[in-house]
Amino acid sequence: MQDVVEVHREPRSVEEIRRDFPILSRQVHGKPLVYLDSAASSQKPLAVIEAMNAYYRSSHANVHRGVYEISEEATEALERARTKVARFINARQSKQIIFTRNTTESINLVAYSWGWANIKAGDLIVLTTMEHHSNLVPWQLLAQRSGARLEFVPLTPEGLLQLDVYARLLEQEPKLVAFTQMSNVLGTINPVKEMVAQAHAAGAVVLVDAAQSAPHLPLDVQELDADFVCFSGHKMLGPTGIGVLYGKRELLEAMPPFLGGGDMIRSVSLRSSTWNDLPWKFEAGTPAIAEAVGLGAAVDYLSALGMDWVRQHERSITAYALERLQTVPQLRIYGPVAEEQRGGVVSFSLADIHPHDLASILDQEFGVAIRAGHHCAQPLMEHLGLVATARASFYVYTLPEEIDVLVQGLRRALEIFQV
Amino acid sequence: MSMDYREYILDHYRDPRNYGRLENPTVHVEDSNPLCGDQVSMDLLVEGDHVTAVRFQGRGCAISQAATSMLTEMVQGKSVEEVVRLGKDDILEALGIPISPARMKCAFLGLRVLHKSLVLAGLERPEHDDEL
Repeated sequence: MQDVVEVHREPRSVEEIRRDFPILSRQVHGKPLVYLDSAASSQKPLAVIEAMNAYYRSSHANVHRGVYEISEEATEALERARTKVARFINARQSKQIIFTRNTTESINLVAYSWGWANIKAGDLIVLTTMEHHSNLVPWQLLAQRSGARLEFVPLTPEGLLQLDVYARLLEQEPKLVAFTQMSNVLGTINPVKEMVAQAHAAGAVVLVDAAQSAPHLPLDVQELDADFVCFSGHKMLGPTGIGVLYGKRELLEAMPPFLGGGDMIRSVSLRSSTWNDLPWKFEAGTPAIAEAVGLGAAVDYLSALGMDWVRQHERSITAYALERLQTVPQLRIYGPVAEEQRGGVVSFSLADIHPHDLASILDQEFGVAIRAGHHCAQPLMEHLGLVATARASFYVYTLPEEIDVLVQGLRRALEIFQV
Repeated sequence: MSMDYREYILDHYRDPRNYGRLENPTVHVEDSNPLCGDQVSMDLLVEGDHVTAVRFQGRGCAISQAATSMLTEMVQGKSVEEVVRLGKDDILEALGIPISPARMKCAFLGLRVLHKSLVLAGLERPEHDDEL
């Protein structure tokens, strides 16, 4: 099977990139779609859609067991995707890439497999108050079952982690530290490399939730030196239903399996089994083969753009958005002021208009898709003293003109609500 | 205009009717919409076969709060028999604007609280509540 991937060597214009995304030419409520919710899920380029189609059209069979041609092709397609992902995040070996359904499943895998084997009553797990529920609830479940303690790194008013408190918590020698690289609400980019080094010095294992960062920042897992890194395909131009757990080999080797079933075993007798090698030990059952192929095409697409370009583009579009949003009366922006500490995510509130009303007006009158709600981060919302915020988030295809439409919509909402 | 938060909706939102608490309610129920955090609590006073007083408190979007305010006007002073029959259509008719599927839960939050209250007060069978 051939890769359906175009390689773009020159930096391309955003207008040109947009033509790769079929959905961006559609209309909603008679207006051109302005998609500002990529932090929830990104749109997909043709290269990804066609790679999945091509796989189903020409090479689909079950993997790792057929001795016939197309099963070998399917196996090769799956394993090639793994290699692409490994290169994309600079993993030492592709066997360190475990395919899961999404970030949530990756974190749960670690919480159940590593957590169950290593966390005991009285042990300390350190998290932060800016975590998405997916990097909070699995540890709550583990703590409830094991009797471990949870402690949280609080935030500054601006939405940065209080690193002095982090350092003090590390003095208590936690077994595990888990935090996000980029907040899905505030956009805060945390100093992961330094935090990992400090945690290691304190003897802790570190899990990094890279759901928001892997799609938007150059990610080098060896440089970060984190023990586990988790992310989702669908936020980085890939399909839904495929996610990644990266882990250090010694840790993954020592961990018991998570799900039991086919593909993850070496031999099975009625009463016991032995486990397959990495990464398949953690991939019970038929995997999401086409989705892995799609993710492979997505990382090819991102690599061709260059992750430095992606970051640069998002920095400038975020700076433009912050500047334009500040011209709207009674608009309040949450999160770091300095753009280098912030990813392409802007949470805000407008006067006393509920974010859901705002999102409805923007959708129905302007074709603008934003997120409104608690963003699966209720403890963070509580810290901000809010029930919900509106959130606009950007990606490789976001144009300044789309920010202008957003701003126009917000002004209209002020008119409608007569504030 | 496709999305007219019409003036009467904004009026109910800004100046909700029957807002507050009752001193000795027959029943008090609170509920929230976990998706967006909209909250509504409701007090009902049932005397004989009539709902003689109703009050609500809440916070959330214009749709959820205005719909609840409108609902209390439909409840106040009505017979229990009439109040039990209030359903989604009554809310949609009162709002009078198209409500997208994602916002239905906002629109019906007050209605859900009302029927929970009626169930709790033993005035309604629990099944009615399930579909909301």
